[in-house]
Amino acid sequence: MKSESPISNAKIEVLRYRPKLHIWHFVVLLAIIAFCVFPFYWMVVTSLKNQQDILSPIPKFLFSPTLENYQRAVTKFDVALSLENSLIVALTTTALSLLLGTPAAYAIARFEFKGKRDLWFWFITNRMLSPIVLALPFFILARNLKLLDTQIVLILIYLTFNIPIVVWICADQFRNIPKELDEAATLEGYNSFAIFWKIGLPLVAPGIAVSAIFSFIFSWNELLYALVLTRKYAQTAPVVATSFMSGYDLPWGQIMATGTMIALPVIIFSIIVSRQFVRGLTMGAIK
Amino acid sequence: MATDKKSYSTGAFWFVAPAMIVLLVVGIIPLLFALWTSFQQFILPKVHLKGAFLGIWPIFDAPFVWLSNYRDLLFDESFRNALGRSFLFLIINLPIQVVLGLTIALLLHRPGHEWLKNVTRVALVIPMATTFAVVGLIGRLLFNGDFGINNYFWNLAFGHKMEWLADPNLAFISISIMDCWQWTPFCALVLYSSLTMVPVEIEEAAKLETDKWWHVLRKVQLPFLLPGLTAILILRTADILKMFDVVFIMTRGGPGAATELISIYIQRIGFRSFEQGTASAEAIILLVITIILSRIYIRFIYREI
Repeated sequence: MKSESPISNAKIEVLRYRPKLHIWHFVVLLAIIAFCVFPFYWMVVTSLKNQQDILSPIPKFLFSPTLENYQRAVTKFDVALSLENSLIVALTTTALSLLLGTPAAYAIARFEFKGKRDLWFWFITNRMLSPIVLALPFFILARNLKLLDTQIVLILIYLTFNIPIVVWICADQFRNIPKELDEAATLEGYNSFAIFWKIGLPLVAPGIAVSAIFSFIFSWNELLYALVLTRKYAQTAPVVATSFMSGYDLPWGQIMATGTMIALPVIIFSIIVSRQFVRGLTMGAIK
Repeated sequence: MATDKKSYSTGAFWFVAPAMIVLLVVGIIPLLFALWTSFQQFILPKVHLKGAFLGIWPIFDAPFVWLSNYRDLLFDESFRNALGRSFLFLIINLPIQVVLGLTIALLLHRPGHEWLKNVTRVALVIPMATTFAVVGLIGRLLFNGDFGINNYFWNLAFGHKMEWLADPNLAFISISIMDCWQWTPFCALVLYSSLTMVPVEIEEAAKLETDKWWHVLRKVQLPFLLPGLTAILILRTADILKMFDVVFIMTRGGPGAATELISIYIQRIGFRSFEQGTASAEAIILLVITIILSRIYIRFIYREI
């Protein structure tokens, strides 16, 4: 038997490690993909149909697409204004959370101080807190400060969940910077702020980018606060989405066009950071 | 090391202070105000502003009733029902999502079809990333009684259509299906990342011992899955207590109160009936439940920081 030779042994080794391909595995994976994609796909497809095709009792998979719904939605429903509001609010609150959150994250990663555990606990609680708890008092306070229906009030309240997410993600990143770098910088005569600014921040740039994307996504998606705190001028895109659902003879095509415009940017973003996405949702509990 | 850290700790204050102050103003002060309101008989259209303490803390002429809002809640069936409905929703949906999620995770972990598995992992992100309000819109589209595609397939299979969003039980099932669509991928990806942490040698050895996959699952993979399962359990509980957007758009809590989960219920009391005092008391109870949950979360997931 020639199988005693090392070469054929290696061959056997390679053969064993080549996994057997099963057709059912392939089919089930395809089914999972279809399950995940179909509802979203169906919304996009509906947004490209005319009303007749949409209302057809037999779903039409083949039709002549039209962009009319998008044109109408943008002009008719304050959709353009709401998308603009969403963008301004999400960008501003993200910038502010980074500004306030990164130094705090650095301190949590690097220093021991009193109240650190309490601070951490407050962050975790924020991940779990129902927005309705804060929306009630915020509404009365904002009403008295004449801040209802402004972008400012949304920017402020979104900080309550964005600062924690920035601190969470960035603290994790700062911990990975070797302490020796800090010590070397101290010998060079850097003070702790210079170390943070010139050494820490550039090194955690990827973490900052991820936390910025998360902060943006969460602000963009938020509904309850915006629903309660805005009326007309500061309405964000999800609030406009709620306003469609009354009356007969709904303009389904335009509604779905609006839904697509709201959801598509976020989905593209999330796919880009898909590796970090789940970690962000569990706030880092799962590595 | 300890002395090293101490010498830094004065610097820490200036790093943390800005974030702390802002969170105090936008997070803690409103909570204190909610607590204050929960002791009052505060019906929004009926109260008048008397003045403001320090310019930001408004004082109203609402009667101060101490704990009677809380006492009333003890006997308030609709509040208990809403809480109960949230937990029912959890008990029904969580096992489905975990079992389906684990199945998907095992399929992703199984060798072979690498390219398709990569596509699957990306596809799994889509439901989670879809704006919740838009998930609600999609739900309205899919479950529409007249032209919804779900009804079309139901009709093909069973020969009749159903009023998914108009019937109390079916509405509950409809929002459950949308929740499963959105969050089964979450369970799948969390459990999948747990599975990848099982050392390859141990798993290979176990597979040589037995060819039954559930033996490998139970004896080898389960210990690695437990932290992920705990995280899913706690986070999903919190998320369902928070759940608002999808239900609000799909059913507004109806028909009747069939899908009125706790956040929807409190929103109705506070902003559609304007009984802010009662609603604040309910919110404070929800806050207490959340704090207990967070404690458990820290205890099991973050044993140390």
